[in-house]
Amino acid sequence: MSEPLGGLLSAPPAIVAAGVDVFSDALRAQGAEVHDVDWRPPGFGRADDLAALALDPRRATANRVAVERLLAAGSVLVDVRPARVVLDLQDRTLLHSGPPLTWENASGPMRGALIGACLFEGWATDPADAERILAAGEITLEPCHHHRTVGPMAGVTSPSMWMWCLEDPVHGGRAFCNLNEGLGKVLRMGAYNDEVLTRLAWMRDVLGPILSAAVRAPLEAGADPIDVKAILAQMLQMGDEGHNRNRAGSLMALRELSPAIVAVDALSSGHSSDDIAAVLRFIGGNEHFFLNLGMPTAKLAMDAARDVPGSSMVTVMARNGTEFGIQTAGTGDRWFTGPAQTPVGLYLGDYGPEDANPDIGDSAIMETYGVGGFSMAAAPAIVRFVGGTVPDALATTERMYQLTLTENPAMAIPIMGFRGSPTGIDVLKVARTGWLPQINTGMAGRVAGTGQVGAGLVQPPQECFEKALAALAEEARGA
Amino acid sequence: MSATPPSAAPPVPSGARSVTLRSGVYADSVKLMQVSRDVAALAGVTGVLVAMATPLNLELATNMGLAPEAPTSPEQLLIAIRAEDEDALASAVAAVDAALAARERSTGTATAVPQRTIGAGLDELADGSALAIISVPGQYAVAEAADAIAAGRSVLVFSDGVSVEHEVALKEAAHRSGVLVMGPDCGTAIVSGVALGFANVVRPGPVGLVAASGTGAQQVSCLLDAAGVGVSHVLGVGGRDLSEAVGGLATLDALAALDADPATERVLLVSKPPAPSVEASVSAAAAELSVPVRSAVLSADTPDLTAAVEALLRDMGLDVPTWPSRPGPAESAVPGATLKGLYSGGTLADEAMLLAAPALGDIRSNTPLKPELDLGTDLSAKGHVVIDFGDDALTVGRAHPMIDPTLRLEAITSLAASGEPAVLLLDVVLGYGADPDPAGALVPALTAARATAGNLPVVVALIGTEADPQGWSRQADALAAAGAAVFSSNSAATRYALDLLGASS
Repeated sequence: MSEPLGGLLSAPPAIVAAGVDVFSDALRAQGAEVHDVDWRPPGFGRADDLAALALDPRRATANRVAVERLLAAGSVLVDVRPARVVLDLQDRTLLHSGPPLTWENASGPMRGALIGACLFEGWATDPADAERILAAGEITLEPCHHHRTVGPMAGVTSPSMWMWCLEDPVHGGRAFCNLNEGLGKVLRMGAYNDEVLTRLAWMRDVLGPILSAAVRAPLEAGADPIDVKAILAQMLQMGDEGHNRNRAGSLMALRELSPAIVAVDALSSGHSSDDIAAVLRFIGGNEHFFLNLGMPTAKLAMDAARDVPGSSMVTVMARNGTEFGIQTAGTGDRWFTGPAQTPVGLYLGDYGPEDANPDIGDSAIMETYGVGGFSMAAAPAIVRFVGGTVPDALATTERMYQLTLTENPAMAIPIMGFRGSPTGIDVLKVARTGWLPQINTGMAGRVAGTGQVGAGLVQPPQECFEKALAALAEEARGA
Repeated sequence: MSATPPSAAPPVPSGARSVTLRSGVYADSVKLMQVSRDVAALAGVTGVLVAMATPLNLELATNMGLAPEAPTSPEQLLIAIRAEDEDALASAVAAVDAALAARERSTGTATAVPQRTIGAGLDELADGSALAIISVPGQYAVAEAADAIAAGRSVLVFSDGVSVEHEVALKEAAHRSGVLVMGPDCGTAIVSGVALGFANVVRPGPVGLVAASGTGAQQVSCLLDAAGVGVSHVLGVGGRDLSEAVGGLATLDALAALDADPATERVLLVSKPPAPSVEASVSAAAAELSVPVRSAVLSADTPDLTAAVEALLRDMGLDVPTWPSRPGPAESAVPGATLKGLYSGGTLADEAMLLAAPALGDIRSNTPLKPELDLGTDLSAKGHVVIDFGDDALTVGRAHPMIDPTLRLEAITSLAASGEPAVLLLDVVLGYGADPDPAGALVPALTAARATAGNLPVVVALIGTEADPQGWSRQADALAAAGAAVFSSNSAATRYALDLLGASS
């Protein structure tokens, strides 16, 4: 027979103590090894809800299943196709970031992006016309997440936009994201002037078709698809955290794609060698080019962990500029929402806090997957957005380990001793520690048409987690 | 700044401007945004853009009315400042230079992030034997205990206020995981020589205790120590474990663990009377074990923990020693005197009532043997009374009487003042967690009370060992000097008090 109680009766145990000091002090006086936990009452949640979840006999196994699926999920680039084709996205339908939204409660940058998409698709003749048809409900609005899609910032995706098509070779899932426009005046930040629309047209007519040919040709020739998860893993070794810093990842993506881009037969596809050069220049000049590949990679992993009854793991964190919404593995596609917070950070030029819109974008899927703000230690440069120091970056990641269910060995953080990134947010742990997830993000201007005003750090509203906790506890009691 | 689309005319600023370009200087954008923010906060500065001269940044500069006039390249650093006057402008330019030149000081390693939960704390431990102890408010103790079980670790829950349903769920989960839940409301344990909560310094040895009663376990382990017999472990299971609802879940697991423990040769089960069905299942399980299990269960039929220890010693072929005591002045009580038992240990109070009731008849109490004898809140009631000052109702908002003697000292003083003839029976519990010098507070109170009352015999059950921090003999001598008769056995103390009352059973 193995040692009873895990060896407890064989040797003096190390003690881990939560609560009043007198017990620990008495143990120290005996020379025992005592580790005090900095326990404090939960940040939120009814005590009986917390207990119901802690005691749910399904929970440990369910969370293990969810974590195993998340960790096992892969991500390879299999195609670039228009949203109309791969998502069956119909005319007069637009996808947006975050939880469901109406025109009436859409924020400035979301409205700006929706207006721009209507102009881009030719559904409206001018911004006023676009506002009119949007306000009249002539355009159907649906969350990206309802279509296995993610979109940074406003996330507005229209039928003519080309989509990265990523596949999880382990579970067979697919996820989609449009192509990144770059920084500054861009649709996803709510800008819709001629510069924005001209770029979108070029992306539709030149960038998309060339990328599509560059991705498809090697596959048709029998090459392996580009392993996007591997790029994400390497980025963390190179100073990126995969959300606010994508420099190394973007360069690696360029390295992977450029031979095939150059090999695209420009003339037969109706393009010129100048177009090829423009595509390479565009990718090379966009530090966030990889973000739109990283996000669907995270989405594939989180989708693989969906629908595990009894699991308290978060599968989606997403914001639409008005509300922040989360979903959990144990509660399917139900959204738990609260008011989006305004990020704290640094501003471009003369912009200031009063110019910033509340939190927006599906890009918090990166944190849901354990990178971005959770892997802040990999990219200490980010923490300076809020005046923090390198030790602060390390401390942020250390805190996130206490919110999460596992460490992702594929996403190792060098400065943490190559510890895997803190992965799989547990609603119960968020409640018990009182620490909210850390998200790194861009900031869009509050007024439609402005574009980006800065970048910084933000946290979800506690309300999302309060609602999710109550729902999970209710489900646990009924199980 | 207004969010004017770029097609509109840029604002025309007034005041002083400086727009310069530097080559061969690179700083990353976050650093430059910080510099811009810091300099913009200076007095008299109305606009700052310190940034690499990329097209995007040039557009921002143009919108701020700070476009450079010379041709630029993206490798150049643009320093564009607008201020109310030339002095402010000069200060701002100097501040930019200083900020760009400043070197960040490394502050070394990460700020230590404390673990907030038992789960996080256990995660940090290296392999090896570990035990979680929890004394957080009962409603939150469940999640912490569940963490330990999920981590494959045993857990001691000092907290009370855990519901029976949660206790059962925790103990069932622990059973499935092969670990033990001690508690809730478990005050005493000794695990591999580590004393937890209220426990005495006893020698290591072959007897394992499974205890649903803290002070009962202390009495038994101290008597064994006095007899030269050590304990292997004292596994507390919580006062409710042997109830119908909990069904002895932890007791059964503790018995099995001690059976498998090479250091444990005999087991003594210490408890108040279990639910009959639970007693049967525990007895049946005990009979299946290879280690002999003796029961020290307090009941009307078996009212004496000391007798149970003596029986165990005989099982082991050992002589029963003379239990340590300090006989008092052998004063006898006034005829008609009553028994006043003022206890800090619930099981010891029960034992005193069970022993005294056959001789004295009804004894009223806040933890009575029969419901109709409930004292309510009247701690100064006349007649035979035994009070458990450790009962939950009397410890709300204050420490346990083993730590804070205030209420009991008040009761002694008011008893003396009442003029009711009495024999005062007390327990004093030594060991870890207890008052470092209980005699220090008790002796003046007893001396004063005896002087006030004229004739107030005092009998003390002093539960402890010589090795306890307080030292049994030191405490016994101090109490004896104050006129108390001191016994290491609570049953001996109770019987002595009954003798003084002329009511030996």
